Amino acid sequence: MVEAGRYYKFDWITIILFFMLVGFGWINIISASHTGDTINYFDFSQPYGKQLMFIFLTIGLIVLILAIESKFYERFSSVIYIVSMLSLVGLFAFGKNVNGATSWYGVGAMTIQPSEFAKAATALAVAKYVSDLNTDIRKIKDQIYVFGIIAIPAILVLLQKDAGSTLVYGSFIFVLYREGLSPLFLVLAAMLIGISLSALKFGVIITSIIITVVILGHHFLRRRKPLLIQPISIITISVAVAFGVRYFYDEIIPFHQKDRITIWLSLEKDPVKLERMKKTIAYNLNESEKAISSGGLKGKGFLEGTRTTGKFVPEQHTDYIFSTVGEEWGFIGSTAVIIVFILLLLRILHLAELQRSQFSRMYGYGVASIFFMHFFINIGMVMGIIPTIGIPLPMFSYGGSGLWGFTILLFIFIKLDSDRINQW
Amino acid sequence: MRRFLLVGAIAFAGIIFILRLFYLQVYDGRIDDIFSDNALRKVYDYPKRGFVFDRYGELLVSNQPSYDVMFIPREVKPLDTLEFCRLLKIDKERFKTIYEKAYHYSPWLPSVFIPHLSKEDYASLQEKMRKFEGFYIQKRSLRHYETSIGANVLGDIGEVNDAIIERDPYYRMGDLIGKQGVEISYEKTLRGVKGLKVIQKDRFNRDLGPYKDGIYDTLPKPGSDITITIDAKLQAYGELLMSNKHGGIIAIEPSSGEILSMVSTPTYNPNLLVGRDRSKNFSKLYNDSINKPLYDRGLQAMYPPGSPFKILNALIGLQEEVVTTEDRFYCNHGYSYGGRKMGCHGHPSPLAMNGGIYNSCNAYFANVYRRIIDKHKNPAKGLDIWSNHVKSFGLGDYLNNDLSVGQPGKIPTSKTYDQLYGKNRWGSTFNLSNSIGQGEVLTTPIQLANMTAAIANRGYYYTPHIIKHIEGQTIDEKYTTPHHTTIDKKHFEPIVQGMFDVYNYGTASGVRINGIEICGKTGTAENFVKVNGQRMQLTDHSIFIAFAPKDDPKIALAVFVENGYWGARFAGKIASLMIEKYLTDTITRVDMEDYLLKHTLEHEYAKPYSGKPFGINKNTTLEQISEPEYLELKELLKQLNKKSRDPKVIKKNQGLNL
Repeated sequence: MVEAGRYYKFDWITIILFFMLVGFGWINIISASHTGDTINYFDFSQPYGKQLMFIFLTIGLIVLILAIESKFYERFSSVIYIVSMLSLVGLFAFGKNVNGATSWYGVGAMTIQPSEFAKAATALAVAKYVSDLNTDIRKIKDQIYVFGIIAIPAILVLLQKDAGSTLVYGSFIFVLYREGLSPLFLVLAAMLIGISLSALKFGVIITSIIITVVILGHHFLRRRKPLLIQPISIITISVAVAFGVRYFYDEIIPFHQKDRITIWLSLEKDPVKLERMKKTIAYNLNESEKAISSGGLKGKGFLEGTRTTGKFVPEQHTDYIFSTVGEEWGFIGSTAVIIVFILLLLRILHLAELQRSQFSRMYGYGVASIFFMHFFINIGMVMGIIPTIGIPLPMFSYGGSGLWGFTILLFIFIKLDSDRINQW
Repeated sequence: MRRFLLVGAIAFAGIIFILRLFYLQVYDGRIDDIFSDNALRKVYDYPKRGFVFDRYGELLVSNQPSYDVMFIPREVKPLDTLEFCRLLKIDKERFKTIYEKAYHYSPWLPSVFIPHLSKEDYASLQEKMRKFEGFYIQKRSLRHYETSIGANVLGDIGEVNDAIIERDPYYRMGDLIGKQGVEISYEKTLRGVKGLKVIQKDRFNRDLGPYKDGIYDTLPKPGSDITITIDAKLQAYGELLMSNKHGGIIAIEPSSGEILSMVSTPTYNPNLLVGRDRSKNFSKLYNDSINKPLYDRGLQAMYPPGSPFKILNALIGLQEEVVTTEDRFYCNHGYSYGGRKMGCHGHPSPLAMNGGIYNSCNAYFANVYRRIIDKHKNPAKGLDIWSNHVKSFGLGDYLNNDLSVGQPGKIPTSKTYDQLYGKNRWGSTFNLSNSIGQGEVLTTPIQLANMTAAIANRGYYYTPHIIKHIEGQTIDEKYTTPHHTTIDKKHFEPIVQGMFDVYNYGTASGVRINGIEICGKTGTAENFVKVNGQRMQLTDHSIFIAFAPKDDPKIALAVFVENGYWGARFAGKIASLMIEKYLTDTITRVDMEDYLLKHTLEHEYAKPYSGKPFGINKNTTLEQISEPEYLELKELLKQLNKKSRDPKVIKKNQGLNL
């Protein structure tokens, strides 16, 4: 139980930022989902009514999380993790198919998406494993274990056709790097991304030439012994990766995902085909960009967005909720949302650095990384900076599982943080 | 400092996002106005387009409903295509093509399935319409011409094009706008102002209701009716007389500048440019490069005016005091100068001004013209004075009136010749042809008619115009202000007498009408065409100007008949008949009427395109139309004669239509 006199130990700044985002998110869900002339906020058949209910339930959930002893989360992290993974596996047997993805359990009229909770479980498990005294993240054996912990949920959600969530698990690289993982992994990840983009955008020949020049240049500038085996093998692997990516893009990848990449990298030069793509595969993106753009500096005002009211952007109350912000609240409102998000992320990171235990610090880092990944992919996608990947915007997008998943994720950390004095 | 990687990534993402937002919303974006916002459906309420009446109140142009079958491809449910096609009188193949084309354009937007259904088809279809889901009938208003005459006057309406939309934001895709004639000159008066309804829609194009409770909605304002100055009966008569001949007749009321008739042949039935076959018929008319029916010869054709222009030279000679009415000049079958000779026909010699005019003596006017130009030491000064006098009759520039098309014509100045020959390197003999209206002088028939009106008025004219009355408005002041010529009033009497004598003893004595004092002047104009890059001379144009009655002019006109040879051969007869018809509403010279109806010049117009050598002027023959064709024209004439000009009778007859 929470004892009197301990409330001040919760980080109220984080809590206020969290509720600011939840509240403003709900306002935008109203805009994006209202259908008629009158809005009955407690109409639970409408998304905005349901979301209001979810928000109320969230408060109970928060009280529950904060009431539990913080040692519980550390001690039972592996149990939580295993239960969570089982719930993911169970989807294959009992899952409900919605929009082509088998990511939900149907409970009566409601659906629950276990992958939203798996993120918190994984964050706990990773923090627990790495903070163990016997674990050294610099050792290959431990690296394999950690990657295993992360890979299991990542692969499970990928199998359930939820590629967006898979990417989120990539965010743990920030956590592991903070705890001493070799920067080589970051370099490798950066190289993989760089080579892939270059191979798609400029073609494999030019990419191969760039790789060769850069790596040989680096090799000789470092004035190492002219032993060429190492650079040549790097070049060979890199070029192979470039060819592989290109082959993957040309031959293997499903066409709708291929088109998303095509649109993103502006690979299609034929204006007729491009126009058709804008009407089909890039319809959402195109409408979303138009809606944001039409907001101008100050926006059209609450419930005044014509594109939002007309439901021009499909899925606007879920993944594309940020386009509502763009249209109705303009540049000023959108920038404010981004700044609040950044403040929240930085606040979590700041608190994480203050933690005395490695477990709490790592968990805090995991929370920030997961939030950041969602924030980056979602808003980036809605504005056309990165290719279309379906992923919710934390605290904003409509959905109970999502909201509760993020609440659990964040408030476990707030609980851990409130107990950091006891951890001496 | 490993802890800063994520902080850096967060900061980086924030900056990128804010820059992107700035680009989308501030740099590139703007708050949509309601018109560019495709989330709003703009529904226009088109008001009634104004009617057009002739000067006596006869209804010329009204509106008729037209029914378009519209459909939204995605909402079409399986239907009995066989029955549907039978009702629309199309085959199944056509059904498929239309459907697929529209679907390809947009499955959600309404497309026209069949435009302009006939009333009968509409009636039979309407009953069964509910069986065909996704289809609906949209009513539109089209023009209806109550008459088959005056296509060039009345004009037509058609859909706006991109250029118009760009220029005038009032118009939206699919709107109708005047394309020719009064429809274009009085577009804003006739069209009224359309009403607007702004409706919020969703991405499936379904209506959600009025946008912001209708604060942007407006009511339509109906178009105003207009009365034009045209005398429908005279116009019809002129068109009938001009059948099988190319050219133009412009008749003006000198005391007001009102255009009584404006004939241009070949013409067409204005109803051809209404409805389903508009574009087909339009391109047929547009592509007829020999007959050029869309080309208004009365307004746009620039011909050398020929002999009627001599009248101006006589007036200028008197005004500049270089000649008196009694000065006589010899004519030796022409006028010789500097080793060249301007020929003339046989007539008594020497001649004073009166005889010079009615005999149309070239030598007489060559002398007068030289005196005008050579009055000053510097011929440039003389020519510019001459040029200014000529221009004061409304020649050499656009008339600036309310007709949709026009041409400036051409009146040379000293600059014209400075450019041709060099400064101070030319004299009056270099442009002597101007004396007889050939040379560098070009006029349009309406300019000549206006010049005639100025002579009839003895020194002033009103800008020729076609608007008589606009419902609830007064007409533009510029049509009620006289323009004075630079010639003093006193100089006109002897000239008018000369023109009167053209009918009494001169070149038009053959087309005299007993009981009407007509003043006129014949003309012929040499002309050339280029066919396949080869310049050839064709038979002269037959030209005539006239006004009547002599002392109280009611009508002034100019007639041009292309390749009609001499002035009295065609143009003179037409002018006399038009005058008689207008003044007395009867025809005494039935012989002339018959002559004009019977004779055709179509063979003349075919000559340059035949590819064979051909004769002109003296070597031409007259050809007659076939008996049935003649009887047809006679029948038209009979119907026309039945028409009344009494406003009361007209009103009574068309009471039902209004």
